[in-house]
Amino acid sequence: MRKWWFILVCLLMLPCLDLRAQEQEEEVDLPGIIFGHIGDAYEWHLFDWKDEPVAIPLPVIVHSKDTGWHVFSSHHLEEGEYEGFHIDPDSGKIVEADGRRPLDISITKNVLALMFSSLLLLAVILLTARWYRKHDALQEAPTGLAAFMEPLIMMVHEMARENIGEDYKRYSPYLCMAFLFILLNNFLGIVPFFPGGANLTGNIAITLVLALCTFFAVNLFGNKLYYKDIFNPDVPGFLKPIMPVIEVFSALMKPVSLTVRLFANMLAGHIMILSIVCVIFIMAKYGPLLLGSMSVVSVLFGVFLDALECLVAFIQAYVFTMLSSIYIGLSRQHAE
Amino acid sequence: MSLVTPDIGLLFWMVVIFGIVFFLLWKFGFPIITDMVEKRSAHIDESLKLAREAEIRMQDLAREQQQLIDQSKLEQTRILQEATRTRAEIIAKAEQEAADKAEQLLRKARTEIEAEKESALRDIRKEVAELSVGIAEKVIRKELSSDKAQMDYVDRLVDEIEKK
Repeated sequence: MRKWWFILVCLLMLPCLDLRAQEQEEEVDLPGIIFGHIGDAYEWHLFDWKDEPVAIPLPVIVHSKDTGWHVFSSHHLEEGEYEGFHIDPDSGKIVEADGRRPLDISITKNVLALMFSSLLLLAVILLTARWYRKHDALQEAPTGLAAFMEPLIMMVHEMARENIGEDYKRYSPYLCMAFLFILLNNFLGIVPFFPGGANLTGNIAITLVLALCTFFAVNLFGNKLYYKDIFNPDVPGFLKPIMPVIEVFSALMKPVSLTVRLFANMLAGHIMILSIVCVIFIMAKYGPLLLGSMSVVSVLFGVFLDALECLVAFIQAYVFTMLSSIYIGLSRQHAE
Repeated sequence: MSLVTPDIGLLFWMVVIFGIVFFLLWKFGFPIITDMVEKRSAHIDESLKLAREAEIRMQDLAREQQQLIDQSKLEQTRILQEATRTRAEIIAKAEQEAADKAEQLLRKARTEIEAEKESALRDIRKEVAELSVGIAEKVIRKELSSDKAQMDYVDRLVDEIEKK
């Protein structure tokens, strides 16, 4: 118990030590800090060392209508313009000299995090599959990685079986993939240091692609009954012209709700944790007493929020997968 | 605003990377795991069912065995009783037979004795007759030297026989 108190006190001291340098400085740029953490960037900022940012430069790949393809390292952009491109201070994106946006497929912080987490997921699942290939599952219980991954995968598989019905095996790999992808990235997002910390599932592009995958899985493989329910439902005659409009709208809104739910939940979680941590920095100029007491509060609250985020990370992955499987199940239902 | 407008670059990379990873895992990852686990679940179900059936069969066997034992016990008592009865019967029969045989033998012996006695008596009578005839001859030879006496005697004898 005393050991834990000691660790807690040390943790509380850390921000105080760090902040003495900042005390004399001007107002803390709260939006800058928060959006710097949750947004995308052309470099991966690791930490500050003697007031100099230490960052991993990442490759910039842009295509300008006038000058064609350009590939260069992002550290060239630190000084300002390079090969006719510079970072727009308002949006933080690369723009051409005249302010137009080139086609920008740079390996940004989020893309690198995506690559890393995808490789991790790929390795974990393929290693698990290798266990099942190498061992006779009928003779021995899974061990190690397989024992860890099996419940997760089978949870989603069972969910697919319950919600989709007879041809669940066709959809179960997608649902497993979506679940593990979201779960892994949610957790990596909570990890505060490299290679975690990128706000991937709190980025609308990522959640949009996931939701569109569900949308296509639902609408490309929907059966006759599903389309009949949309375009010619069993309703009284005067409702016939209205129902298709409502149904099409609801079909289109489903991916939107999936996108926004995951994106907003994860984003909000990140912003909450960052804000709570920033409280310490803001309190620095109000004197040591307030700083000390608020530090305790914000560390305790930060621990609480981190635990909450772990819960939310799982719940959101689960909810996304659950809703996807229900939507797919609706498109594969059979007449009773 | 940039938070809610999807970035084209990230969108592009997400589609590419997610697509590749999904394809690989769909081909070499998830189905292998889920199929194997499903096969194992089916195997476990099957084994449990078999075990249950085996248990039931075992119970049946035990019951059958018990029945067999009971039956054979019953049979045993029956056989024993029968044996006792048979023994008693045999003994009784043997006794009866022995008695019969003894009586038969006795009767036979008696008859034989009777016959012997008869024949002995006959022999004796014959002997006596011969003797008496001899004696009578001798007596008669002496007394019946006269014809008259002889005739008287014959007459007397004839009378005797007639009287008889």
